[in-house]
Amino acid sequence: MKVLKEYLGFRATALQLREQRNNMIGSNIANAATPNYKARDIDFEKMLQAQAGESDLRKSSGRHFGDLDQATGQKLKYRQNMNPSADGNTVEMSVEQMEFAENSIRYVSSLQFLNNRISGLMAAIKGE
Amino acid sequence: MAGVKNIFDVVGRSLGAQMVRMNTVASNMANLESKSGTREDAFQPIRPVFETVFSDNYAQDGIATVDAMDVVKLEREPERIYEPGHPQADDEGYLYKSAVNSDEEMVEMLEASRQYQNNLEVLSTVRALMMRTISMGK
Repeated sequence: MKVLKEYLGFRATALQLREQRNNMIGSNIANAATPNYKARDIDFEKMLQAQAGESDLRKSSGRHFGDLDQATGQKLKYRQNMNPSADGNTVEMSVEQMEFAENSIRYVSSLQFLNNRISGLMAAIKGE
Repeated sequence: MAGVKNIFDVVGRSLGAQMVRMNTVASNMANLESKSGTREDAFQPIRPVFETVFSDNYAQDGIATVDAMDVVKLEREPERIYEPGHPQADDEGYLYKSAVNSDEEMVEMLEASRQYQNNLEVLSTVRALMMRTISMGK
């Protein structure tokens, strides 16, 4: 199984992260009219690096702290809104729609990549 | 109350909340011209109270939806109009007209309907992505 997972590469992890991000943006859109709701998101690049075991902080000892987000387990970030609203809600529909569209496209591209890898594997198995 | 587990729970409950909002707008608009003999009985506009519902392990999955927790009456002063011929008029010939503002209700209706559409759009996109994922490798 490990070999298969390595064969599919980081795209498999990316697909999971993209799905989670889509869910979060969907949650933001659902709460677009809730007073005092704060829009949340994840830092996709950072999360992907963390899943791959990489960090932008160099450690020379096992007892050093890594990335603050990783050390505290804090994955969810708050979105900085451009236009403040009177009810304290930070969801901006235009931003969320744009992010949702982009994230969906990137999900599809990861999916396509995985499909290509799988069909390559299938071709090798069948020996056609 | 059942927990929020996936995007379908999120969208479903959010659509429900927006529907409650639409219903309150419809009730308010229906009572736009309602009149009453006493100040206490005069119709007062109603509004839903939205509240965020977080999933059980929100710190991990970041899923949250919205619920219309309550429907409250807006404390507005009803308009007092003189109409002595009306059967419900009080001893001095006055009636109390409902305190609904039709412009405000129209804005509320437009916003609710747009947000309903946004949620449906999320649902159809996520559904399409899932269908493609199910047929992965074929």
